[in-house]
Amino acid sequence: MSGSNNAQAGQMAISFKLNAKEYNLTISANERLLDLIRNRLGLIGTKEGCGGGECGACTIIMNGQAVNSCIIPAARADGAEILTVEGLSGGMENELHPLQKTFLEKGAIQCGYCTPGMLLSAKALLDQNEGKEISRELIKEGISGNICRCTGYQKIVDAIYTYARERKGIE
Amino acid sequence: MTWENYYMPLTTGEAIELLVEKQGKARIIAGGTDLMVQHRSDPLNVRALIDIGRIPGLKEIREDSRRIYIGASVTHSQIVNSALLKKKGRVLVEAARTVGAPQIRNVGTVGGNVVNAQPAADTAIALTALDARIHILSGDGEFEKPVIDTFLGPGKSCIDPSKELVTAFSYSIPGPGERSCFARLARRESLALPIVNLGLWLCLEEDDHILKDIRIAVGPMSTVPFRARETEALLKGVLLDKAVIEKAGRSISDEVTPRDSFRGSADFKKQMIGVILKRSLESALEGKGVDSDEREQ
Repeated sequence: MSGSNNAQAGQMAISFKLNAKEYNLTISANERLLDLIRNRLGLIGTKEGCGGGECGACTIIMNGQAVNSCIIPAARADGAEILTVEGLSGGMENELHPLQKTFLEKGAIQCGYCTPGMLLSAKALLDQNEGKEISRELIKEGISGNICRCTGYQKIVDAIYTYARERKGIE
Repeated sequence: MTWENYYMPLTTGEAIELLVEKQGKARIIAGGTDLMVQHRSDPLNVRALIDIGRIPGLKEIREDSRRIYIGASVTHSQIVNSALLKKKGRVLVEAARTVGAPQIRNVGTVGGNVVNAQPAADTAIALTALDARIHILSGDGEFEKPVIDTFLGPGKSCIDPSKELVTAFSYSIPGPGERSCFARLARRESLALPIVNLGLWLCLEEDDHILKDIRIAVGPMSTVPFRARETEALLKGVLLDKAVIEKAGRSISDEVTPRDSFRGSADFKKQMIGVILKRSLESALEGKGVDSDEREQ
């Protein structure tokens, strides 16, 4: 049985890979993945918005799929591979992923609270459609679980679309 | 949060052993997209959660010579992307696609959607239209029953997640003339519960538009997913033409008894269910929503 409990009630040992780094941690059986990421690992790029799986501010990529970390039990991270916004640039400090640069260039960021989740939903969509052309419609569907109250979405869609085309070498 | 232990068994046998051992103090968690949200306002009174997401057999979509099987912890995304279901379970694919948003569809499961027993749960409506059966495992052994018989009231299922484990759903492989489709009206396309939704399955006579059989499942029109049996009876054995489709729309509007809610008034829902039934029947006639192999020709 994976992620089984150790002697101390309510605690369990898990191991997982996050932003290409291996972790072995003892966590509470009732902890949320979002709290594990923010409070234990100190990675506060992942935000809590609604806390109920409706706004997407807490979006991370887990085993290749965008998920809301606020409604995932931390125990489920055992054995998983996780990417948060801090890992987007592949571990290069003070460097941005080209998708992040495009967000800046296109004005796709205003208050910034939705941005980490938006970036990770976009990243999951792009990864899942590697080598394919991506339409604006598909981008809208890909970020439909991420709410932004500032931009009106247009510039976010523009940024993802521009990056997707640049990535494919289409100008 | 309340629970002290979180288990991730690798077999259904282990999961059942844990349920039996904990004597009602543990419960099953599938994706958790409903459970984790409900827990915030109404804390679960359990000592342990048993996560079924690592049991390989429960994540499969497969067919044998007669039936299609969908494992209880198959996610909405798996359904949407399933080549088998795109061909032989159109109503289910279309329903799963409308649920939540990508982050929810990637985690939320079909088993959870059914056991959560909301009157307009999209995949529950689709499975009801398909006349699907639910396969359940408990300490006393395995049994199965029609999915529609599990719904007792809003949020109330006959399945007790502290004693029982749903393993799969199954339905007959569609034969010639069988078609299905799903329709939904909501305030927005993502992250919105339906104002009304409808799952349609029908079987047409060969070379003809005579309806051999039909099932219409709708929500939220009652305290549970609702089969519009009076309207079905009106349509059985009838040549499906424009006049009949009009009549069907009026019939279902009269048959259903929705409530006023913040998503829409009862009158509005009655009107709209008629409209989406008419559209669905028209689209079935045009050959959209065709199941089985017909669509590929």
